[in-house]
Amino acid sequence: MSGAQLDRADTRVRHDEGLSGALRAFFDRVRSGDLGMLPVFIGLLLITLVFSSLNPVFLAPNNLVNLLFDAAAIGLISLGVVCVLLLGEIDLSIGSMSGLSSALVGVLWVNSGLPMLLAILGAVLAGAAVGFIYGFLRNKFEMPSFVATLAGLLALLGLQLYLLGATGSINLPYTSPLVKFGQILIMPAWLSYLAAILPGALMVFSGLKTLKRRRDANLSSPGLSVLLVRAGVLTVALIGCVAYLEQGRGVPYMFGVFTLFVVALDYALRRTQWGRSMFAVGGNAEAARRSGISVKRIRLSAFMLCSSLAALGGVFAASRLASASQQAGTGDVNLNAIAAAVIGGTSLFGGRGSAWSALLGIIVIQAISNGLTLLNLSSSLRYMITGGVLAIAVIVDSLARRSRASHGRA
Amino acid sequence: MEQGELILKLRGVSKQFGAVTALKDIELDVHAGEVVALVGDNGAGKSTLVKTLAGVHQPTSGTIEWCGTPVTLDSPGTALALGIATVFQDLALCENLDVVANLFLGHELNRWALDEVEMEVRAWTLLQELAARIPSVREPIASLSGGQRQTVAIARSLLLDPKIIMLDEPTAALGVAQTAEVLNLIERVRERGHGVILISHNMEDVRAVADRIVVLRLGQNNGVFTAETSHQELVAAITGASENSVSRRMARKQGEVA
Repeated sequence: MSGAQLDRADTRVRHDEGLSGALRAFFDRVRSGDLGMLPVFIGLLLITLVFSSLNPVFLAPNNLVNLLFDAAAIGLISLGVVCVLLLGEIDLSIGSMSGLSSALVGVLWVNSGLPMLLAILGAVLAGAAVGFIYGFLRNKFEMPSFVATLAGLLALLGLQLYLLGATGSINLPYTSPLVKFGQILIMPAWLSYLAAILPGALMVFSGLKTLKRRRDANLSSPGLSVLLVRAGVLTVALIGCVAYLEQGRGVPYMFGVFTLFVVALDYALRRTQWGRSMFAVGGNAEAARRSGISVKRIRLSAFMLCSSLAALGGVFAASRLASASQQAGTGDVNLNAIAAAVIGGTSLFGGRGSAWSALLGIIVIQAISNGLTLLNLSSSLRYMITGGVLAIAVIVDSLARRSRASHGRA
Repeated sequence: MEQGELILKLRGVSKQFGAVTALKDIELDVHAGEVVALVGDNGAGKSTLVKTLAGVHQPTSGTIEWCGTPVTLDSPGTALALGIATVFQDLALCENLDVVANLFLGHELNRWALDEVEMEVRAWTLLQELAARIPSVREPIASLSGGQRQTVAIARSLLLDPKIIMLDEPTAALGVAQTAEVLNLIERVRERGHGVILISHNMEDVRAVADRIVVLRLGQNNGVFTAETSHQELVAAITGASENSVSRRMARKQGEVA
């Protein structure tokens, strides 16, 4: 390489090269409060240790397959929550929205005889409309999303009860593809393994391309070894997970679809102008506005996305339970979806987070819920423990934020 | 753009915040290749005028002409699209994003698959042109010092090659060398045929680069001066009287020396 690299002119900065450098940079980040996904992995490890020692069934492959089946619906809802949290907003009506959406599917499809896909589309569009109203209230009247969505929580629940009427619940036909999707459909083994290999392969492919472009542009690059090790670790871990699940029934389609949504949102947030604008609005809305970003449009998109994903999550939940009932979307759905996003590392204060936090967070929540169910503990205790975990997650978030501030890392 | 051509023309621009008249019948001309300094005491309406031109505030009345056509600056996006770039006093940077993201905010390259490599290259090139000392463009803004943030904000305003750049107190947080850099930069921008509106409390900086000095007082025009104008005259225009706290202080000091 000839001459000083474009980004290596300043001699005051320590540059972390190669594998050891990458490790050192990682430890530096964690020490300054940039925890990322670390708390989740530690939490999952603890949960696994505790529950598997209390009841070995917890780690049985088929129990984990069930766990993934259960995680998909609330995971999708949580994915929407990530979007509003990134802006420093909140949506408290996601549970009601998911319940309303399952009721809509029941009424439109089973009672009115509309095609299934059309009914699902209708439910998701209803979600988008509700999100539009929240965004409008926030933009036009500066109504805090906390209040608007709290009102929505009650209104949507009322609409759900009204739609379901006196009977109170609609059973979905057991032989329908929707119920099969939520209860028995498993990805074929080859597809699961392919899905496990693909991320690592893509990582190497795009990583090599970036490396070459950076070198051509006379910029420093983190080095090939780091890239290969990261891709290798990821691939081995994913194949290990799939192989373990294949000992049981395998990877549910439902979870596969959820993961696809996570990947799509992750791309949108990290690699598109829309995603960059989301982070900017969450970090400093006024600065974003003065940069020419339409803050109102970004807000509107986030609320609409959140409610739409909540509606789709409601469809998933209905397919899992094979019914649309008055109980759908009530109880701990709201709290679990928000908790999952926060536990996964999306900040309540806006401007920090990732789509993956929904996936990791919901696995933590479902693991706790699943483990407690295996121990035959009542839901009363489950609520208390989940509440406690959420509190801990928020405390970790606040402490990390304070530490980042004192280390100059926003 | 022809050197000396009239780019921006304000006539009778007023802005009211409830009962308070922040700007009243402001007149302002900015030509291509000209540095116009905007001076005035605290509360004279300088920042309000800048925010009006940046599209942050909308004027209550008056006309703004851009290259001869009346325009409405109803949002920061409109102002940017016309070619009015602004470096705000509070810099308006997103602390959670890195330098590259802040520089290109709202104007990212390749909106559906952000071109990070190209953006980083352009960021480094631009920062080196400004002789900026930024350790890394991949660190969040929160880790930068005040002066470094100032530089990033100025660099951002230049990125879109605007016709007019407004700088609101650009040297307030800077060291001696960086202040000189910014003044050099302003002259370089003028040579390239851009119009510059400079707001500063520092009369030395103003006289060093300004072609015309527009004084605001209590939200109104209070005279147009040149760099040759004496210090006393400027201070008198700013404070509204030849007998003011600055002249009294000076007289007292001279009395002590004598």
